[in-house]
Amino acid sequence: MQLTLWTYEGPTHVGAMRVASAMRGLHYVLHAPQGDTYADLLFTMIERRNSRPPVTYTTFQARDLGGDTAELFKTAARDAYERFQPEAMIVGASCTAELIQDDPGGLARALALPIPVVPLELPSYQRKENWGAAETFYQLVRTLAAKSALPPGTKRPTRDASAVPRCNLLGPTALGFRNRDDITEVSRLLADLGIEINVIAPLGATPADLGRLGDADFNVLLYPETGVTAARWLERNCGQPYTTVVPIGYGATRDFIIEVARLAGVDPAPTLARHGARLPWYSRSVDSTYLTGKRVFIFGDATHAIAAARVARDELGFVVVGLGTYSREFAREIRAAAADHGIEPLITDDYLAIESAVMELHPDLVLGTQMERHIAKRLGVPCAVISAPVHVQDFPARYSPQMGFEGANVLFDTWVHPLMMGLEEHLIGMFREDFEFHGDASPSHLGGGHGTAVQKTASELSDTDVTATAQEGTATSTTADLQISEAIAVSTSVPPSPVAAQSYAPAWSADAEKELGKIPFFVRGKARRNTERYASEQGVVTITIDTLYDAKAHYAR
Amino acid sequence: MSEATVIPLPRSGCAETPILRQRGQREVFCGLTGIVWLHRKIQDAFFLVVGSRTCAHLIQSAAGVMIFAEPRFATAIIEDRDLAGIADANDELDRVVGRLLERRPDIKLLFLVGSCPSEVIKLDLSRAASRLSVKHSPKVRVLSYSGSGIETTFTQGEDACLAALVAECGSAEAEAPQSLLIVGTLADVVEDQWRRTFEALGIGPVYFLPPRRAHDLPTVGPNTRFMLAQPFLSETSLALERRGAQWLPAPFPLGVEGTTLWLQAAARAFGVSEDRFRAVTQPAVERARHAVARHRLTLAGKRIFFFPDSQLEVPLARFLARELGMTPVEVGTPYLHKRHMALELELLPADTQLSEGQDVDRQLDRCRAEHPDMVVCGLGLANPLEAEGMTTKWSIELVFTPIQGYEQAGDLAELFSRPLVRRTRLAV
Repeated sequence: MQLTLWTYEGPTHVGAMRVASAMRGLHYVLHAPQGDTYADLLFTMIERRNSRPPVTYTTFQARDLGGDTAELFKTAARDAYERFQPEAMIVGASCTAELIQDDPGGLARALALPIPVVPLELPSYQRKENWGAAETFYQLVRTLAAKSALPPGTKRPTRDASAVPRCNLLGPTALGFRNRDDITEVSRLLADLGIEINVIAPLGATPADLGRLGDADFNVLLYPETGVTAARWLERNCGQPYTTVVPIGYGATRDFIIEVARLAGVDPAPTLARHGARLPWYSRSVDSTYLTGKRVFIFGDATHAIAAARVARDELGFVVVGLGTYSREFAREIRAAAADHGIEPLITDDYLAIESAVMELHPDLVLGTQMERHIAKRLGVPCAVISAPVHVQDFPARYSPQMGFEGANVLFDTWVHPLMMGLEEHLIGMFREDFEFHGDASPSHLGGGHGTAVQKTASELSDTDVTATAQEGTATSTTADLQISEAIAVSTSVPPSPVAAQSYAPAWSADAEKELGKIPFFVRGKARRNTERYASEQGVVTITIDTLYDAKAHYAR
Repeated sequence: MSEATVIPLPRSGCAETPILRQRGQREVFCGLTGIVWLHRKIQDAFFLVVGSRTCAHLIQSAAGVMIFAEPRFATAIIEDRDLAGIADANDELDRVVGRLLERRPDIKLLFLVGSCPSEVIKLDLSRAASRLSVKHSPKVRVLSYSGSGIETTFTQGEDACLAALVAECGSAEAEAPQSLLIVGTLADVVEDQWRRTFEALGIGPVYFLPPRRAHDLPTVGPNTRFMLAQPFLSETSLALERRGAQWLPAPFPLGVEGTTLWLQAAARAFGVSEDRFRAVTQPAVERARHAVARHRLTLAGKRIFFFPDSQLEVPLARFLARELGMTPVEVGTPYLHKRHMALELELLPADTQLSEGQDVDRQLDRCRAEHPDMVVCGLGLANPLEAEGMTTKWSIELVFTPIQGYEQAGDLAELFSRPLVRRTRLAV
């Protein structure tokens, strides 16, 4: 048993629902107890879809368990077929139905419906939502695109050089983070390269469209978490290579263009030259100097987290101090990325472990999911959302892709906005006696937020990101203070010595205590502990301002 | 799916209207959802769902937002290895509870909440609760109830929780003075208003179940008179009656009329004179009538359709019909408790179609055919129906908002008028 406060991913059948809801002409008959229909609201409320997910639940109750739940499933499947007239159907069980072992696949087969019926085996007690989505998409593809499979041992015929190159876009689903806008952005890039899009799937595709997947020359894998299993099958069986670069960030988008151009046999240079990215100049402009070395903690699904780490370091000049994912399936990739940043990866879906990692690392900025947004809010650290799971406000009305050159622009704005502007930091540092420049002041450009990490009501929490970050924006002391606090507070290289600290507790002089008060409250505790540890190690009885700065120098990176 | 069965009820008013019962997909929450408000109401209680990832996902999704970084509920997620043998699952549960109590020394009352998977694998949570109670006594009391979807819908989870609490209530002596117990979770502000009202009426002592603190449980005995503040408490009611407590029948305290009849039932049982009752309630009645009347302009003559959700549907329809002049077209409820609803049904317009249980697809067909002015439904249906051009009111808001009593009657009416007013304001 696993103790869980919040879960990053839903159960596997919710993954299947993300595929079913994304597609047209597909219906999902789910053997599930009463109550599992809650999942509809993920789509109708969080994503604001204007139609019900194409899902029929058997909603069995205790009194049905003694009777014939199998018959209930057959009735539901038959009725759903008659009512919705889908082109194809997927059938499966939720966690409870898995335990009663009714075999929805076999039962559906017995109905002999005149459409393809794809049975899903999604082990609820081992796997989670993204795996469920990937497996569902894969099962659909291998069933519906089977006729495109090449005979064993044969190679895909080379494309006529005069024909327009064609690709599929794989991976976007319902409830996906910014999938709608990413598709638009990537489609523009491909059109600019002169590449035709054959099928986008699952989002917006019909079962018949999946039957045409084999017509493309290669696949663009946008979201490995949901699409890689299908992409591998298509590579093996239809001879279609797939892309390995996910175009999130300026550099990754360039790499993506080069990779796609190579697969398509076209020239990437004109598209690379025509880019509309403002990120490179914005990042080089002098105003961005203050971004240098900001410590950033990154957590999300593997694809978005790894991409964010590259953008943070190479395109904004941040330092990645934490990198992690809840996608255990991608542990290898995240380990490689973390090694590249010289840090240990955090691979967990334990919310409390992530919270303590954030507290330990004292980042200046957290890039994460809605969970990290709450952690950051509680700790008063600026935050931006980069990955699912997300709230309703992360399905914005405006065009807001993460991918492509416009996506890079969006990342610049979204990540920089919560931070304090450079000159404002200096003003506060120089004139900190000003009554408005108290230690917990918020950045003025974010409006009149109150700087402290106040407990918020539900209605306040449902406000937009901007107001939320206004109240979160408490990491607002001076550059000097931050340097002190960083140097003192962040000393991961020094192992803690609690025994020494316990046996000997130095006293603080009034001056030093006052100086400590200038350090932002969220790193103050750590700065205090480190200074005390330094003092005990040095045999200092009373901590003075000098001790504080000696400790800073001692622990400076 | 199966054929509709029509069963007449043997009483007057709307009570004789045939009830439409259909069997099909039920678009309702399970009883675990009640944790969303129960964990806020009992401030030193913690709710540990023993279930699957689905259960954990449901609660955090139903709550809409993650309000608190570390809430007073959690899920012990059953994994593959727990399914291998029941003995292991019990050891695992003990370990999880141990870890939880270590983290949260403020917990005084721990509920182990059963779910569909725990029921299906027959994990005996009541035995686990007794075992853990002994182990963690006297610091923490451990109780259990089931919020599983196979046994409960939505608000029935609170019923199961309160029934478990009744078993914990001490016994009141046979010669103890008559006391009043108000049953069902209410907003703190409503409780405070009613404490003042009962005091002014000279009724006391008055207790509330659930209490705000776990150790404030009332004693229960033959001189306990109890009133239901919520319409979904059949198990709790039975548990109290088994302890000798007496139920005071009344309509539910929604709207001016409902609140008056409800308070009156208590006043009569406690021998309060009509004059005193009038003197105490009159100012609030006037205020409430005034507040409700403002919404009559918007709501009178409008047709309203209820999908089943919280069991509040019948009293709400009664309030909207009698005080705001709305016409209930269909009043769907997940479960119709004939005894508790008898007085409500008498007040409903005679031609109201009642339905119990659900086949959501066929109910949607009826709803589209009726094209009512307003549809009360769950979160899964609201946006799709809005997109079809209907005006909706999410029913879940009705259990998360203070709506009972005189001072809230206007607010309750406003919950229904706001969606209609919004429609008239928008030019997009």
